[in-house]
Amino acid sequence: MIRLYVPDDSAARSVGADEVAAALAAGLPSAEIVRTGSRGALWLEPMVEVETPQGRIAYGPVSPADVPDLLEALPSAGPHPLRLGRPEELPWFAEQERLTFARCGIIPPLDLAAYEAHGGLAGLRAALGMEGAAICEAVLESGLRGRGGAGFPTGIKWKTVHAQTASRKHVCCNADEGDSGAYADRMLMEGDPFLLIEGMAIAALATGATEGWIYIRSEYPEAIARMSAAIEVMERAGWLGENLGGSGRAFRLRVRRGAGAYICGEESSMLNSIEGRRGTVRAKPPIPAIQGLFGEPTVVNNVLTLAAVPLILAKGAAFYRDYGMARSTGTQPFTLGGNVARGGLIEKAFGVTVRELIEEFGGGTASGRPFRTAQLGGPLGAYVCDEQLDLPMDYEALAEAGAMLGHGGITVFDDTVDMGAMARFAFEFCEIESCGKCTPCRVGATRGRETVEKILRGENVAANMVLVEDLCELMRDGSLCAMGGLTPMPVLSALRLFPEDFDRAPAQAAE
Amino acid sequence: MPNPARPPLGGASAARKICARHGDDPAALIEILHDLQAAEGHIPPEAVPEIALALNLGRAEVHGVLTFYHDFRTAPEGRVELQLCRGESCQAMGAEALISAVCARRGAALGETSADGVTIKPVYCLGNCALAPAARIDGRLLGRASPERIDAALDAAFSEPAR
Repeated sequence: MIRLYVPDDSAARSVGADEVAAALAAGLPSAEIVRTGSRGALWLEPMVEVETPQGRIAYGPVSPADVPDLLEALPSAGPHPLRLGRPEELPWFAEQERLTFARCGIIPPLDLAAYEAHGGLAGLRAALGMEGAAICEAVLESGLRGRGGAGFPTGIKWKTVHAQTASRKHVCCNADEGDSGAYADRMLMEGDPFLLIEGMAIAALATGATEGWIYIRSEYPEAIARMSAAIEVMERAGWLGENLGGSGRAFRLRVRRGAGAYICGEESSMLNSIEGRRGTVRAKPPIPAIQGLFGEPTVVNNVLTLAAVPLILAKGAAFYRDYGMARSTGTQPFTLGGNVARGGLIEKAFGVTVRELIEEFGGGTASGRPFRTAQLGGPLGAYVCDEQLDLPMDYEALAEAGAMLGHGGITVFDDTVDMGAMARFAFEFCEIESCGKCTPCRVGATRGRETVEKILRGENVAANMVLVEDLCELMRDGSLCAMGGLTPMPVLSALRLFPEDFDRAPAQAAE
Repeated sequence: MPNPARPPLGGASAARKICARHGDDPAALIEILHDLQAAEGHIPPEAVPEIALALNLGRAEVHGVLTFYHDFRTAPEGRVELQLCRGESCQAMGAEALISAVCARRGAALGETSADGVTIKPVYCLGNCALAPAARIDGRLLGRASPERIDAALDAAFSEPAR
């Protein structure tokens, strides 16, 4: 019997994976079609794989129109213009260091036996034999830092929650992945949901939490459905619920949906949103580790942070720490988006340069036109120019260069981009998504957009430039959270690196 | 978790039933609004006091949540929902031009409903940044969106039973 693998990741489906699967099922009625997550080579989606004694052989990108032609080649994994060979041997995959995304795209996402056969649950089993403090220590030793963008040491956060004596504690997973250019959380939740659950269960054991929450943005309905289904599977298998893996300890996990507010990716806004309130930012202190959800001690971690934990417990802190550079240990799933030829997910140890990611993995721009800029770390991240592409992806190195890693998203632009429009958009986005709690962000965003518009119309350009710089300084220093505090990053980097896009004579601006 | 303060209020309206299904838990307010919107197509204004009563919240609190989040709407929309992504990755692949073209074809601006019942809305990242520009049509994600691909997806959406 022929076994075929077709991704059911929503990105693959957005370019026809379902239609391809249906056409294959009709053309090869005897074939078993297994739906998996995506391996992350999104420019090759829909990528169809056929099982052979030598491993899986991939074909892609396959459109439904290619299927009739492919039906002859598939049973013998024979030649075809779309034949890619073994995915693991494609340079794009071979040069990655897949730790967190080791299984994604390989196993059916809701097959717990396959998950276990591919190394799943080893971390949770190890954690079940450890004291909470020892788990926290192992995570601290691994050097794991928050993958949501802030880069705070995870072990310290967990230790703080562990030390609280409250009767009820929470583990909250922040899956409000709103940054344009970032989609690793979505891919992981759709493609390997048990890994996130395993990481959260370990966090619960480490800190003594009994309540778990996964806050997923409503823009990700497929991830919401997949995570909810995965929770049910894990409950039935006894890994969640009143008796976590036979430990006698409860860990009740549920999904909460967002409702289209970017700000809810900020941890305190997310906590308010889980409580059913408006997603406004809370002032700190108190920190969530001491007074978080419902005023109780709460671990708040990003999807990728929690998903990195099982391997640390399974293979030891040193194994994980050996990847990376300086204080950025381990691997980071980077995602390439925008105008890039080979967009997709690249998991690499910290220290890989932006240029390697964009040029070697990404293959340059999709349009074939010259590269102009990339935005690192989402809508609040800096734009970088060609000369800065040799920066290593490392929390400290990027911060020193006035940029940030954020959530690992990289958005590529070719030379047709109007950086004046992008600076204006950065303010507009802040205006739309500000929670409104603090004045620098709420009012600054609107005034900033208006002032950039004046510059783009050629009105008092020099004076208005000074005004924008001044406003940015105020927003950076005076905002309550990163929304207002980091909006200046894309604005100022665009102004400084591409001043020619802002220097418009009134006549030119009128075009 | 159920509200311990008092037994469920009950009642026959859709809002009351949904609140009861969530144990009249004020922390479930956003889930309740999602469920009600899925059932009714929008959040009718008369549901606000009902929800407030069921959850033991002030009307202002329910109104505040309802109006804070972009997802919720208080009036009916068109037959088909078309979300067009304006995130940076989609802009890098011509999202603004795509939006203009789609709006021109449908004769409606962003945020409006066309004569044939397509409500066109901006969205800020659908997580499909490597296959930009992205759109979502009645919940179905579309990558490498073009006016033609969107037209085809809209036709398919119209041929399905109404939401």
